[in-house]
Amino acid sequence: MISVQELDFNQQVEYDRLKSTTKIGAIVTFTGLVRDINEGQGVSDLALEHYPGMTEKCLQDIVQQAQQRWNIIDFTIIHRVGQLTISDQIVFVGIASQHRGDAFAACEFIMDYLKTQAPFWKKETMANGETKWVDAREHDQHALTKWQS
Amino acid sequence: MIKVLFFAKLSEQLGVRELQVDAKNAEDTKQLFTHLLNHKTEWASILTSQPCLKAVNQAMVANDVPLKDGDEVAYFPPVTGG
Repeated sequence: MISVQELDFNQQVEYDRLKSTTKIGAIVTFTGLVRDINEGQGVSDLALEHYPGMTEKCLQDIVQQAQQRWNIIDFTIIHRVGQLTISDQIVFVGIASQHRGDAFAACEFIMDYLKTQAPFWKKETMANGETKWVDAREHDQHALTKWQS
Repeated sequence: MIKVLFFAKLSEQLGVRELQVDAKNAEDTKQLFTHLLNHKTEWASILTSQPCLKAVNQAMVANDVPLKDGDEVAYFPPVTGG
């Protein structure tokens, strides 16, 4: 299941949905949150913009790549957009698999590709009221190299 | 017509999110980009002073590709989701 939404999500609901069949032996979930500090500056709010249509296609494509590499019985990707504040949940990736190795790897792979490929952009409002578009980070790009060998 | 979209910082700086360009001014993405550089005086400096990615029909493309009437081309900064 892929969802790009303004609404918050509930971890328990998503977990329960993923463990709906008896074949599943492992569920790995990742949740990304709004931090109160970024690059040394205090952050008070975060706005998330995306490219409707392309975002969903891109996430689907990332999942397909993961499915070619690992056993994935079920998956959930939720990414929120719109206005968020400190400690809000931004993103959820849940992978249900037969074994933990596949679930761990697929979850990390999807997050690494999501961060560098999916068309989302963050704009921070600082504690002093100034706003700033977040710059892409080189280490996020670097994280992909471990999947390209 | 070619539908051109801008996102995030780029759309904020250019002051526009969407515009239509006559397909005869955009036979490929290279010609379209040149057309956009001359659209308004400040556009050349905005579009060339920062990393700018492009997608054609909602798929990212690295090199220039041919365009046809009805295509959708988007320009945006490197992505920062997650």
